[in-house]
Amino acid sequence: MTGKIVACFGNMVIAEIDGRVVQNAVGTCHRQDGAELLSEVIRVRGKLADLQVFEETRGLKVGDKVTFRDEMLSVTLGPGLLGQIYDGLQNPLPELADAVGYFLEPGHYIHGLNTEAKWAFTPTAETGATVRAGDVLGFVPEGMFTHQIMVPFAWRGEYKVASVAKAGEYTVADTIATLTDADGNEHPVTMQQDWPVKREMSAFKRRLMPSDPLVTRVRIIDTMFPVVRGGTYCIPGPFGAGKTVLQQITSRHAEIDVVVLTACGERAGEVVETIREFPELTDPRTGKSLMERTIIVCNTSAMPVAARDASVYTGVTLAEYYRQMGLDVLLLADSTSRWAQAMREISGRLEEIPGEEAYPAYLESRIADFYERAGAVELNDGRTASVTVGGTVSPAGGNFEEPVTQGTLKVVGAFHGLSRERSDARRYPAIDPLDSWSQYTGIIDAKKAGRVRALLRRGNEVRQMMTVVGEEGTPIDDFTAMLKAEFVDSVYLQQNAFDPVDAATPRERQEFVFGKVLDVVDLDFGFENKDDARKVMFRATDLFRNWNYAPWLPEGTNEHETEEETTTPNGQAQPQEPGADQGDQKQGEGENEGGKDQTRSEEEIVEGRSEEFKRILGEIEAFIAAKGRTGAQESDESKQAEPQEATAAE
Amino acid sequence: MRKYYDEITRIAGNVVTVRAEGVSYDELAVITTDRGPSLAQVIRLEADQVSLQIFAGTSGVSTGDKVRFLGRPMQVPFSDDLLGRVFDGSGRPRDGKPEVEADNVDIGSPAVNPIRRRMPDHMIETRIPMIDIFNSLVESQKLPIFSVAGEPYNEVLARVGLQADADVIILGGMGLRHDDYLKFRNRFEEGGMLGRTIMFVHTAADPTVETLMVPDLCLAVGEQYALAGKRVLVLLTDMTAFADALKEIAITMEQIPSNRGYPGDLYTQMARRYEKAVDFDEAGSMTVLACVTMPGDDVTHPVPDNTGYITEGQLYLRNGRIEPFGSLSRLKQQVNGDTRDDHRAIMNACIRLYADCTESREKRDMGFEMSAWDNKLLAYGEMFEDRILDLNVNIPLFDALDRCWDILAACFEPQETGIRRNIIDKHWPKDIGSQGPDNQEQETSETETQTAHAE
Ligand SMILES: Nc1ncnc2c1ncn2[C@@H]1O[C@H](COP(=O)(O)OP(=O)(O)OP(=O)(O)O)[C@@H](O)[C@H]1O
Ligand SMILES: [Mg+2]
Repeated sequence: MTGKIVACFGNMVIAEIDGRVVQNAVGTCHRQDGAELLSEVIRVRGKLADLQVFEETRGLKVGDKVTFRDEMLSVTLGPGLLGQIYDGLQNPLPELADAVGYFLEPGHYIHGLNTEAKWAFTPTAETGATVRAGDVLGFVPEGMFTHQIMVPFAWRGEYKVASVAKAGEYTVADTIATLTDADGNEHPVTMQQDWPVKREMSAFKRRLMPSDPLVTRVRIIDTMFPVVRGGTYCIPGPFGAGKTVLQQITSRHAEIDVVVLTACGERAGEVVETIREFPELTDPRTGKSLMERTIIVCNTSAMPVAARDASVYTGVTLAEYYRQMGLDVLLLADSTSRWAQAMREISGRLEEIPGEEAYPAYLESRIADFYERAGAVELNDGRTASVTVGGTVSPAGGNFEEPVTQGTLKVVGAFHGLSRERSDARRYPAIDPLDSWSQYTGIIDAKKAGRVRALLRRGNEVRQMMTVVGEEGTPIDDFTAMLKAEFVDSVYLQQNAFDPVDAATPRERQEFVFGKVLDVVDLDFGFENKDDARKVMFRATDLFRNWNYAPWLPEGTNEHETEEETTTPNGQAQPQEPGADQGDQKQGEGENEGGKDQTRSEEEIVEGRSEEFKRILGEIEAFIAAKGRTGAQESDESKQAEPQEATAAE
Repeated sequence: MRKYYDEITRIAGNVVTVRAEGVSYDELAVITTDRGPSLAQVIRLEADQVSLQIFAGTSGVSTGDKVRFLGRPMQVPFSDDLLGRVFDGSGRPRDGKPEVEADNVDIGSPAVNPIRRRMPDHMIETRIPMIDIFNSLVESQKLPIFSVAGEPYNEVLARVGLQADADVIILGGMGLRHDDYLKFRNRFEEGGMLGRTIMFVHTAADPTVETLMVPDLCLAVGEQYALAGKRVLVLLTDMTAFADALKEIAITMEQIPSNRGYPGDLYTQMARRYEKAVDFDEAGSMTVLACVTMPGDDVTHPVPDNTGYITEGQLYLRNGRIEPFGSLSRLKQQVNGDTRDDHRAIMNACIRLYADCTESREKRDMGFEMSAWDNKLLAYGEMFEDRILDLNVNIPLFDALDRCWDILAACFEPQETGIRRNIIDKHWPKDIGSQGPDNQEQETSETETQTAHAE
């Protein structure tokens, strides 16, 4: 199919066609200097097709040729996606840099997978077996994962395995199996397949209710507003409140197998940070480079706008692909508002009837469809896997009463609202503990978390009241409650993202520290005057804050080497050779399911801790035992408290 | 030879529609009217109707005027002959000297491949403690100054520009007052920078469309210098004028506004300019400082709001000083871990305590009794304002850090600061209370001479 350009403005082109055209199909605009610019059909009216062009349209002329393909905008799936840095159309940016230089010149496209690299394939399907889309034919090792080669997801019905390649080295383009359909036609299978990004991948048995906590190691999230594997959450917040930093630390520390980072219409510098830092960082849980579990899709704000729309779908499609592998995947999108704005721009050019703030009327349903692609699923072979989606929202003026935030809040399972007040006060992460919510159950007993929430609310009320009646008019009990709320906020809800230790609090540490925090909250200090109360609570804050900076593991030990992280639900050591087991390859997920009988005694937990952690624990226990009294008066001496005192205080 | 087209079918706002063929999108044209020639840019193609945005405005354009297409997008000459020169928003000399003959470069180049960007890691010391300690400026950063009319934002811009030690400074003036332009000129001259400065100046009297070209011209030239290995500093003032020009044009084009009359692509338009700030891998860098005046002193106004979402932080300039709350350098953590081990601790503690002080002040103003703690905070607030916040303070970073310790020690017990113990043990001044306001006086007088220059 071909057509001719009859109009061009902004990133929109109108082409006149004479024949069949498919909505959402890919079109190529042929610029007269030979450059080919990709676009997508977004509306058809009679002989006119409206195209959103994924590149700058500079240089296009009326009369220029447009060619159309039948397929919709797709990505190529196969081994070698992990560790890649793509633009929104799945062009690998490092290869583009080698080919084109400093700038992203329009019209250059590079295949998403390396077609020369060889992968060590091991067949698992039997000749003669009956298979369907998503069934596993064999596998190759990809970094620390077993990458399953599956019957292409778009294939319908049942097939018989006619032949499978024997174990050996193959490229993604080599045939590794031949399948026969019901009519006896043979179909070769390679290790790569295409999938249209705007269509949900559903080659699994069924969807499950997501309930398995996703530990992000951000205390306020895991304890107060948890996220689950397969769930959805959003982070709205005014500029500079910490959305991106929150996503960055989550992408580093979250207890999840694969992370897909979609930088959508935001700063290039933030992507550079990830690109440069991740290869240097080891994932504490696996001991491997973080890049090995990460895919970056970036369409930064200076890149063409229409490709923003493509980038969020590309990201979620890559995430779904690794879910098919039996893995737990986290997709982080920053910022969904930029994607919404891209929709608004194109809708304006189409002269559609605008809704609120000029967003198109279908904004909400597009947002809903996007988050719907998250989910926990049971695969054809009974394994479970998940895609979790977390998106930031950048509301105009920081006001959540706007279409994108509201549309998102209707569909997500957790809301981490950042507040300007908290970020101005450098109370990071600036998640507002009074406004935010989660419909999921996390690692901390909901009742206990609820008590803390009540305390925070009371503290806030007292603070408000104090602005009216003053400190002297505030009863000591109220005043103490306020101080306790402030204590919980400073030592537990706030977390220093730039401290190597405090940046990430593993599950067990959270449970342990939260217990001690509650011990302090539950203390009846019996304060007689407010200055005393303040002094004692300062001391508690000081102790716990220093405790947060104390390493959890003794010096020289690694998380991935300690026994508690590498056990499976059955308590068996995980198979270490890649591909030795077709079964569960997830990292450290045993913690939840084994939860009840696995809970270790306090002594056991304390035993494996760093000296500094134990020392401060001793001070804290002494503080609790003495209801803060000795601590307040002898703060200097107690600094030297010996670890033995900890046990004595018990 | 290029053809002339003279069948003008529509004139509205700054846009003229002419019947023409073989024209490419975004191409440049020249329209010749009674008032002389003006540049124009293709903004819409529809069959044989070509819409052009006329740089000089359409006032006086007649239906018989001639349009000639140049077959290329807007360009700017690039060579060292630009140094020391002043141009207008169409790229014509405004200093009475001849046109610069050199190879032209297209403006509005594509985005830089993120792979070819470096991580910014070089701090630019400004000797303003509010910047150096609390909001460190980093080479290749894009940072706006949010302010309102009447505040000395252009002075701050010039002061940072001079201190930054850049190879080339490019000033982009949008809707700039003539005397402000002269002030910049004088500052750069005194600082011995004029020979390394290029100015693109659009004044309030010039046509609106030319406002739009100023950032592109500055950034295109800056980018070339950066590619050639230079450290470039671009100063843009006032970006609100740029946004208002976008709004004016969008309205005349009958686009549906998204927010207070501004077009839905305001974010994208501004981001494409600011994102030109870059630290090239194996080449130079471009840092962008911009002034953004906030209409009605309202930060939720679309211009500052969208800017905040684009830039790497912002400085609020209010009541003649950089506000400690709200001001933020997003890149500070790339550099402040390597300056001195107490830098971050001081940064956090001083701001937190100052915030507490603000609360105590509110309580005091409402007539409440001040606790012992409140009084400590109040004393701290005064000292912090006089010796750190004041824009006249002009000292290096390490001196500023030492000064913060002195202030803390004069006001608080160590654990009240919330600073962690190992840092306290190392830096807490041993002889509390004796550091005087005396050494402060010297510096103040030294800076007074400095600022006197500014006028
Ligand atoms: N958890 C944190 N700990 C310490 N500092 C933080 C934290 N979160 C944010 N900050 C500070 O705030 C700055 C802005 O954060 P961030 O870039 O995440 O904001 P944002 O919400 O993504 O803003 P925008 O919408 O403009 O992209 C950071 O550069 C950092 O200085
Ligand atoms: Mg951000």
